[in-house]
Amino acid sequence: MNKPTKSLSVAAAVATALAAHALPAQAQENEKCFGISLAGKNDCAAGPGTTCAGTSTVDYQGNAWTLVPAGACEGVAWEKILPEGRDGSLEALERDVPA
Amino acid sequence: MSDFAPALLDPTLAIPPGLSDARGGPADRRFAVYRNNVVVSLTDAMATGFPVILKLVGDEFFRAMAGVFVRAHPPDSPVLARYGAAFPGFLETFEPVAQLPYLADVARLELAMRAAYHAADAAPVAPDALAHPRLMEARLRLAPATRVVASPYPIHAIWRANTEADAPPAQGGAETVLVTRPDWDPWPRPIAPAAARLILALLADLPFAAALEAAGDDIDLAATLTLLLDTKSIIAIEVPE
Repeated sequence: MNKPTKSLSVAAAVATALAAHALPAQAQENEKCFGISLAGKNDCAAGPGTTCAGTSTVDYQGNAWTLVPAGACEGVAWEKILPEGRDGSLEALERDVPA
Repeated sequence: MSDFAPALLDPTLAIPPGLSDARGGPADRRFAVYRNNVVVSLTDAMATGFPVILKLVGDEFFRAMAGVFVRAHPPDSPVLARYGAAFPGFLETFEPVAQLPYLADVARLELAMRAAYHAADAAPVAPDALAHPRLMEARLRLAPATRVVASPYPIHAIWRANTEADAPPAQGGAETVLVTRPDWDPWPRPIAPAAARLILALLADLPFAAALEAAGDDIDLAATLTLLLDTKSIIAIEVPE
């Protein structure tokens, strides 16, 4: 391809990419929801030295989080799902934190 | 100190001189406990860092193999999160796994995932910024989490089959995998070799026109740019003065 042709095809590719990207694509947004993970099941990719993944030691630990679809943390009636009326929160909680 | 570290990893060496227990006697047994803890904790770190390799060879084999590895390659950094960089090379030469030649590249993928996980955060550019009139001269900066792993084996399919519950069994040939971290978790996906050449050229700091040359004419540029936008991988577009 000569240079002008190539620039033109690049511009077309950029336009296509912008259009495709603008579509309400695959990746749904997630949010961190505190206080809903079972012990040892809190989120984060694994890896040695990681301080957060799977390190919660009690169920529904208030400072451990799990990724949920955006809106589900406060939109779900967690108090009806979790024992003793516990709710999920977008902020770290002080309840159920091991001493 | 110079006697201490080798003796920790090699049980045939004598315990370092000058160590004593509470009664003032030699601390052989205490040192042996410590020696055991070092290898066990590093083996645990390897099992956490390479879950797919662990699954592929089984727990018992993995622990025995990791024991050989950690003695031959003790950590060279106090950052345990980076431990295991020498593992792929070790797998290529470790005789008992010679009939599993894909292990080394699967380990490279797991290392890339871990590196992406620990890479610095970066905010993506607004997608419109790509429609720059001087894009050809510009340098596209990619997120620090961006990694490319190429292999003659279907490493993404193998990885998927061993991490996802309903994934199809791995089959097929060579795969090149792009690892990005659009949000919190690293995300691997297979890409075409030409797309990988473009991304590697961008990572090597080439201007866009030169990166396109490196990619070759068979690149699906629109699809590659869409992928980079979707994965929030383009973090700056720098046009020379």
